[in-house]
Amino acid sequence: MKSEGEFVNQPDNTAFTQQRLPAWQPMLSAGIVIPLFTLIGLAFIGIGVALFITSQNIKVQELDYTGTATSSPCFQCSGLSIQNCTCERNFSLSELFEGPVFFYYGLSNYYQNYRQYGVSKDDYQLSGDTTYFLKPQSYCSPYQYSNNKPIVPCGSIANSMFNDTFRLYLLVNGSRKQVPFDGKGIAWWTDYNIKYRNPSPVNGSFAAAFDGTTKPVNWQKSAYELDPTDQANNGFLNQDFLVWMRRAALPNFRKLYGRITGGDYSQGLPAGNYTLQISYNYPVLSFGGTKKVVFSNVSWMGGKNQFLGIAYLVIGSLCVVMAIVMLIVYAKYKFPDNDDA
Amino acid sequence: MTWTSWCCWTKWRDSSESERKLVSNLPYEGLKPKNQPNRRYAGNAIKTTKYSFWSFIPMNLYEQFHRWANLYFVGIAVLNFVPAVNAFQPQVALIPICIILSLTAIKDAWEDFRRYQSDRQLNGMTCLIYSRSQRSFVERRWKDVRVGDFVRVLSNEIIPADILLLHTSDPNGVCHMETANLDGETNLKQRKVVPGFSSTNSSFEPLNFSSIVVCEKPNDDLNHFNGFLEEDRRKTGFGIENLLLRGCTVRNTADASGIVVYAGHETKSMLNNNRLRYKRSKLEKKMNTEVLFCVLLLICMCLIVAVGHAIWLQTFSSVPIYFVPNSDGTFTSAVLSGVFMFLTMIILLQVMIPISLYLSIELVKMGQVFFITQDADLYDEEKDTRVQCRALNITEDLGQIQYIFSDKTGTLTENKMVFRRCTIMGTEFPHEENAMRLAFLAGEMDTDEEVIYQQNRRPPLFSLEEAQDGPEGANAHLPGHSSLHGSRVTAGAPSSRAFSSPLETEVIPDHTLVQLMEEEEAKPYLDFFLAMAICNTVVVSTETARRQRANERRNSSISWSPLECLEVLFGRGTCFQRLSMSLTRNRGSLSEPIHMDPTDSPVYDVPTFSGSVQGPDEGVNSPSNCRATTGRVQAGSSSVAPEEVCYEAQSPDEAALVHAAKAYGFTLLERTPDHVTVRLPSGKVLEFKVLDVLSFDSIRRRMSIIVRHPRSKEIIMYTKGADSGIMERLQNTFEDRRRVKSQSRDVAIKTQTDLDMYAKDGLRTLCFAKKVVSEQAYMAWQVKRQEAMSAISKKEELLMDTADDMENNLTLLGATGIEDRLQENVPETIQALREAGIQVWVLTGDKLETAVNIAYSCKLLDQRDLVFTFNMENKGACKTMLNGILQELLRNGSLESEASIGLVIDGRSLSMLLDDDLQMQFVQLCTRCRSVLCCRATPLQKSRVVTLLRRRLKVMTLAIGDGANDVNMIQAADVGVGISGQEGMQAVMASDFAISRFKHLKKLLLVHGHWCYTRLANMIIYFFYKNVAYVNLLFWYQFFCGFSGTAMIDYWFMIFFNLIFTSSPPIMFGIMDREVSAYMLLQLPELYKRGQHAGGYRRSTFWIAILDAFYQSLVCFFVPYWTYAGSDIDIFTLGIPMNTVSLFTIILHLAIEIKSWTVVHWVIMVGSVIVYFVVSLVFSALCVSCNPPSDPYWLVQEQVADPMFYLVCILTTVVALLPRYTLHALRGTLVPSDHLKARQKDQLPPHHRDRWLREYRSLKELCASFPSMSSSTVPQDTTQSPSTPTAPLSSSTRVQN
Repeated sequence: MKSEGEFVNQPDNTAFTQQRLPAWQPMLSAGIVIPLFTLIGLAFIGIGVALFITSQNIKVQELDYTGTATSSPCFQCSGLSIQNCTCERNFSLSELFEGPVFFYYGLSNYYQNYRQYGVSKDDYQLSGDTTYFLKPQSYCSPYQYSNNKPIVPCGSIANSMFNDTFRLYLLVNGSRKQVPFDGKGIAWWTDYNIKYRNPSPVNGSFAAAFDGTTKPVNWQKSAYELDPTDQANNGFLNQDFLVWMRRAALPNFRKLYGRITGGDYSQGLPAGNYTLQISYNYPVLSFGGTKKVVFSNVSWMGGKNQFLGIAYLVIGSLCVVMAIVMLIVYAKYKFPDNDDA
Repeated sequence: MTWTSWCCWTKWRDSSESERKLVSNLPYEGLKPKNQPNRRYAGNAIKTTKYSFWSFIPMNLYEQFHRWANLYFVGIAVLNFVPAVNAFQPQVALIPICIILSLTAIKDAWEDFRRYQSDRQLNGMTCLIYSRSQRSFVERRWKDVRVGDFVRVLSNEIIPADILLLHTSDPNGVCHMETANLDGETNLKQRKVVPGFSSTNSSFEPLNFSSIVVCEKPNDDLNHFNGFLEEDRRKTGFGIENLLLRGCTVRNTADASGIVVYAGHETKSMLNNNRLRYKRSKLEKKMNTEVLFCVLLLICMCLIVAVGHAIWLQTFSSVPIYFVPNSDGTFTSAVLSGVFMFLTMIILLQVMIPISLYLSIELVKMGQVFFITQDADLYDEEKDTRVQCRALNITEDLGQIQYIFSDKTGTLTENKMVFRRCTIMGTEFPHEENAMRLAFLAGEMDTDEEVIYQQNRRPPLFSLEEAQDGPEGANAHLPGHSSLHGSRVTAGAPSSRAFSSPLETEVIPDHTLVQLMEEEEAKPYLDFFLAMAICNTVVVSTETARRQRANERRNSSISWSPLECLEVLFGRGTCFQRLSMSLTRNRGSLSEPIHMDPTDSPVYDVPTFSGSVQGPDEGVNSPSNCRATTGRVQAGSSSVAPEEVCYEAQSPDEAALVHAAKAYGFTLLERTPDHVTVRLPSGKVLEFKVLDVLSFDSIRRRMSIIVRHPRSKEIIMYTKGADSGIMERLQNTFEDRRRVKSQSRDVAIKTQTDLDMYAKDGLRTLCFAKKVVSEQAYMAWQVKRQEAMSAISKKEELLMDTADDMENNLTLLGATGIEDRLQENVPETIQALREAGIQVWVLTGDKLETAVNIAYSCKLLDQRDLVFTFNMENKGACKTMLNGILQELLRNGSLESEASIGLVIDGRSLSMLLDDDLQMQFVQLCTRCRSVLCCRATPLQKSRVVTLLRRRLKVMTLAIGDGANDVNMIQAADVGVGISGQEGMQAVMASDFAISRFKHLKKLLLVHGHWCYTRLANMIIYFFYKNVAYVNLLFWYQFFCGFSGTAMIDYWFMIFFNLIFTSSPPIMFGIMDREVSAYMLLQLPELYKRGQHAGGYRRSTFWIAILDAFYQSLVCFFVPYWTYAGSDIDIFTLGIPMNTVSLFTIILHLAIEIKSWTVVHWVIMVGSVIVYFVVSLVFSALCVSCNPPSDPYWLVQEQVADPMFYLVCILTTVVALLPRYTLHALRGTLVPSDHLKARQKDQLPPHHRDRWLREYRSLKELCASFPSMSSSTVPQDTTQSPSTPTAPLSSSTRVQN
């Protein structure tokens, strides 16, 4: 309140209320943007070159094993009704495939981002809450109950889990030497440690915690016996399961299967002939999809990606061109008044 | 219930159809409510709240759901509960609507709570109600007052209800009240006790009151009230002059008592209390079409997805493993799925319809209104008022005005009347000394006096410290001069009287006239000045009231008020001395004061300058001086001494006349309903008995007062009025030539000549006439008059008829010319508005000559203009002339001739031109005129003109006025501006914006209007852009998820995005962005033109914004898409970079659009980005599985740890904004807009800038003076009309000054 009773209504004379705050008034004109364009252009070209070179250094080896072509070794497995089919694909590396090598399986035309599919899971169940074992959430419908038994893990995502398995052999002097895949730590750390939890064992038995439930329709094994070799890699904390549950963003995707890091292969895959043994379980022909495996090494920018480098180069060059255009425009059309200022 | 009481009841009800009957409550005191006779009338408790505590939620929701926007939201939310359709978790989809509803509800609740508080405060105020049991007035609260109660109001108390005045402490039965709370008029209004009650000089005894009060039903007319008291079949009529209105303050009267007739919501003030107006602005109307476009766009996009989905489903020959069957294992058919998908997409893309835009616009307008009302330039110190925005939602209309319709009196002029000249019995007295003094006051003086003059205009506050800082000055005594100076200084103190400055009210009597009067003591002069002094409604105020009011206004001790100063200093040397001392020191010597010392004239004998004779603390007679003399009056006698009169006039004209009369020694001393007291120059005091007052109305255009002369005992009627209202009623009319006495005819003719001369000089004229009424004639008339007075129906008409009967056969006494000075800066303002491309019209009720004169002086008309005057008696002539001018214009239809055409239209011609058959041509002509002036226009005509142009030309109109006669026009226009002036508050009440000076219009339109319009237009465009750009991300994703309505951005992030991250920047943008500085906008009014043609908000602008949004969303989607295509990225992790680049793009897009960056801009823009990262990180760290199947856990952390994320963000943002940025830059260089140029000039150093402005202006003037320069093919002499006027054209007068 002002002390002068006379001027109760007088507005405060502050810079804010009088809209006189000091202001920076940038004005876009050709002359001003030239340095900016040059700067952006040069920086982008630099980044682009770095990205491009990095990307060029990344090696990728892809092998399609869908078996659509009759000549394909997996042709006989691609039929719908064939169970427990195994096929092999041979390939050779002419030089060392530098490590660490990541091994992915890839699917195409597979819509993990389909809306109804995406919601078809029960997060509470997956976080180990046993009340949801017996009564899965309705999101899982119709993969909620099977033969009046609740499905664990319920829902379409779990049900459609990818179940091909791979073994890689290096042919050394005519004999096969298995290249070990390291399947540990391929899922997100937070998924493995925080988000997903297995139920506590009942009477010391992990399997007993799943009593009264049934495995998903398409599964051959129950959740608690996914990995017979490693007790810890079972249930919801199975790494492959975790990877699968993280739905792919786009219909053509790859998912990490394992890393080749162990023993002799810490430097990477040596040159030589390899055989990939595939136990072919997962049908994709029904929706016109393909399956492949991908060997790739990674850099700081992840997998091979030409796009970003090229895009940076293109945009960088464009900016430089724009800067030149602006220079011409500026020279020709600058304000006549600018010089008397 | 007995039969009789039933009868009674029905009778009561029947009679109450048209009137209200009430009796005293006292006999029924203590009875149960159902036995109270007045129980059906509203009590005095008021409730302006909309809601009660319990009904708030349902009622508020009900009201909110009346807006279609909210219904849309609810519909979407409900749709989301349908399992086949839902896009999100149903509960989550309710969040936006809940937030919007609750925000609005909180706002409503807060407003309602404040109303509740003020209600409670009002209801809890105390007043005195008569109690039968205690036989006295006891203190009760306002809400306990009921109709039929007897209430006593003490001096300076606020009246609790509408009370019929039955008793006052005044022996004459008079009570004064101040209606400032009601209409802002600060002059006192006189109220009288109901006839028959005034005689009871003894204390009023409510118990004896046994009459039945019959009055009309409650209505909102503040100036009209009717009814009668019935006692033993004797009826006593009463009217508005007997009613005390709720909300007014009793002044000048120790106590007043009466019976409550209306209470609470039925009081006139409450019925008048209408809420803020709601107008829909042009921009908003236009915006609604854009919203419809968005709806169409939304439907198109949804259709694309729906069809796409159906086709996609059919590409599969068998069922893919990722298809989810229905719970019964079947699959929905492709077509049905498509239909469902359509609905799902509507839910998903709902943000496309910018519902939050409506809320944002409201917030933006609140901010804009805040800044407008805060503008110190629009603050008027004299009245202590700032600009008021009464309509909150049409701020941006101020930036699009094309036509301004202005009133003249009080709007262009001060409405502070100054007596200039008079003509008595055919002799003209030019009052040259006075004219010289006024001219001298108006600024033609040397520096010394200028100081005083400025103090006079602008109220500076002489601080007490300043007055005291010269102790040696306080002791010095400067008799003789100090009073004069003192009075001048006091003139600076703010006053809300009709006159704020005594200098302007003072009149130096005309030399010759005074001599004449002395020589002859002639009766005509006596009569003339008597008429001037008594034929009015001016109330003489006493000191107590004045002092109390002054106290209330000035309750600060720091500001110097003459009164307090006196109270403090009285006896120790006067305030005036100190002040004059300090002034003297400041300005050097003042020993030779302003020269206005007519030493050789007898002027000093009249009381005007009595101050200098009577002593230092006696000022001149003026309102301010009244205060100065208070101390003495209090100490001394309380009798009415001549020096202490203060006049409370309802119209400034009257005050000017009374003051003028006083200057000639005819001092109005007292006015009561029964008598008027006047002191003559000889010192004799005459007390006239007032027999009747025929009050002024706009139809008769005159008023009369009938008095009985105290000496001759004659009944005399003095009449004052407009010349048209008087001349036709003169005794010997011109038609009746044979019986005309040559002298009176001469007088009439001479007076008419003088009147014409006055009008030409721009003076307002009033004629005075007199009539001696015979005793019998008066008695006969009196009977009729009484009948009319007590009539309930048609009372007004009857009264007017009786007045007409009396006012004839008048004898002309003379006429006066009163000057109404132009307000400051009016010509400059009009000039600037014109340059801004606004057509300024003046619609006035004044005479043609007066109006034309003012029009020239305020530069509405220019000397070079070709002026056509429509002053026709019949329609045929009107039509011929109209067509003639039009043809002429069409033939020479070059731009130059249009620019300089003025049109002056008389009221009668105007009504003909407004007829249906001439309308079109009239409008056609108007569009070609530079200025139009309508004189003698009635309020209805004014509004018709406004409506006509608004309808026919589809232009934005603004009407500005200050009086009740402008209300129609103000309401008819798109934007109504009221000037809070001398004529009360009715115009302000009806207006959308209220300002105190005409010159404020310039900044209000050119700066605030321009800003508000540009800001809001940009904000709206940006809002559309923002929503489309963001929502389209989801749309593009549909092509990669089988058109299944999946959102790759977690729903929570989407909500946050719209609600938190991107909501404040556009609002800030809409409130605070400043394209061009106020200085430049005022210097270059041309910049305003863009808004008039909706330059800031075209359809093309909208579509460009939408296209840009599409482009940007494509970039924001596909750059991340190609970066991550084929990788193992998961769905929501892909959404994070998209969401982020979208945020960057949207924020930086705004950054390109923002024209000036203040601290606030930086804080909000940078803050939004920071908040985005903080909130996203926190949210995605906390939400492990908080709302399945939403799954935001650790997504953001994953991304921000990845260098690719930043590379993607940088690239995308640059690519998305590159085109817009480049285009802006190119446009800024190649085709810079005027606004950009102005901004560039604004950034020059001030002297460069001003030099440029000067050069620019002189260039413009050069162009204007030689319009042929612009079109060199048609060289024209601008001082002549394009061609010789043809026959119809020759009837036009070319007004040349």
